[in-house]
Amino acid sequence: MAESKEEALFQEKVDAEQKIEPKDWMPADYRKNLIRQISQHGHSEIVGMLPEGNWITRAPSLRRKTVLLAKVQDEAGHGLYLYSAAETLGIGRDELNDQLLTGKAKYSSIFNYPTITWADMGAVGWLVDGAAIMNQVMLCRTSYGPYARPMVRICKEESFHQRQGYEIMNVLSHGSPEQKAMAQDALDRWWWPSLMMFGPSDADSPHSAQSMKWKIKRQSNDELRQIFIDRTVQQAEVLGLQIPDPELKWNEETQHYDWGTINWDEFFNVIKGNGPCNKERLTARQKAHADGAWVREAALAYAGKKAKKKAA
Amino acid sequence: MSKEQDFPLWEIFIQSKRGLDHKHVGSLHAADAQMAIENARDVYTRRNEGNSIWAVLAENLHASKPEDQGAFFDPADDKVYRHPTFYVMPKEAKYI
Ligand SMILES: [Fe+2]
Ligand SMILES: [Fe+2]
Repeated sequence: MAESKEEALFQEKVDAEQKIEPKDWMPADYRKNLIRQISQHGHSEIVGMLPEGNWITRAPSLRRKTVLLAKVQDEAGHGLYLYSAAETLGIGRDELNDQLLTGKAKYSSIFNYPTITWADMGAVGWLVDGAAIMNQVMLCRTSYGPYARPMVRICKEESFHQRQGYEIMNVLSHGSPEQKAMAQDALDRWWWPSLMMFGPSDADSPHSAQSMKWKIKRQSNDELRQIFIDRTVQQAEVLGLQIPDPELKWNEETQHYDWGTINWDEFFNVIKGNGPCNKERLTARQKAHADGAWVREAALAYAGKKAKKKAA
Repeated sequence: MSKEQDFPLWEIFIQSKRGLDHKHVGSLHAADAQMAIENARDVYTRRNEGNSIWAVLAENLHASKPEDQGAFFDPADDKVYRHPTFYVMPKEAKYI
């Protein structure tokens, strides 16, 4: 397909590391791709509050409770930054909401796993936020301005998320044998799903090549996943915990860890809606939206009344 | 899903410190100005990022058009004499 003059100019701008802004000309597929990616990202922040919300009332101390509450509140903020970034591309908030609540939109499959012990709050912060940070640090340099700017803010906020999780893991893994076992169990359950967060292998990732050309993505799924593994292995050693991968081994030649194989059948199965908590998550969001309807109506009615009074 | 009316969109500007400019930080939906400002506090200043918030209805914000960016800004292109470096100063003169 021959490139149009506009398209060539657009690519030139992207190649010169100039940010694309909402009113600039952009290829229809760039817009479409971004709406899909940013809205999925936003939905992930919103649904991502649920597995941790599960433990707010049962946090083992006031300190842990305050921290968890602040973290979950941050995630709500992240969802809002991302929704408003998506809106600059012409999609409405109502449509974004509908896509999530009807199950049409996807969100990160990691949030369809249950958080069954307190150690899961540690593993989620350490691994899930850790993986999310890797992706988001890359997105600070994404080509679309309204997506890149909130990423900078998000990355600043995320760094405490990962640290509070690692702190929980550190305390548990140096506590009683039962506590250590609980931490190990959480690592066993969250390790592989965390690696899946980076998405399918580059060879099987349908949007990857185009996203790289448009500089929406700056690093490939496999590249980010490898950096994450290389960093996390050392952190697990400090905790004295075993990463549940018998094939994990340092490779002198590549200066990276070799590691086993991801169960991609599981990944695609969870994405299709068959994970342990898909239904629960969606139902929780639908209920929250329905239960909040009267508040939104009342707020609009009140605003209308006030506006009328002011006009009179 | 039943169609409900959306809250209008507000653009949010935050002044991080007294004496500095208000800077655009993003946007949010709110029923009225008060709600916009209160939500902006919760969304954009959870870590003391600001001490003053402006909320502007997005529909009241007007922008220059990127497609005529070239022609629109070029009157300033060839006026180097608006910059101090354009002028030749004698070496001996100080503090100028
Ligand atoms: Fe987040
Ligand atoms: Fe986070």
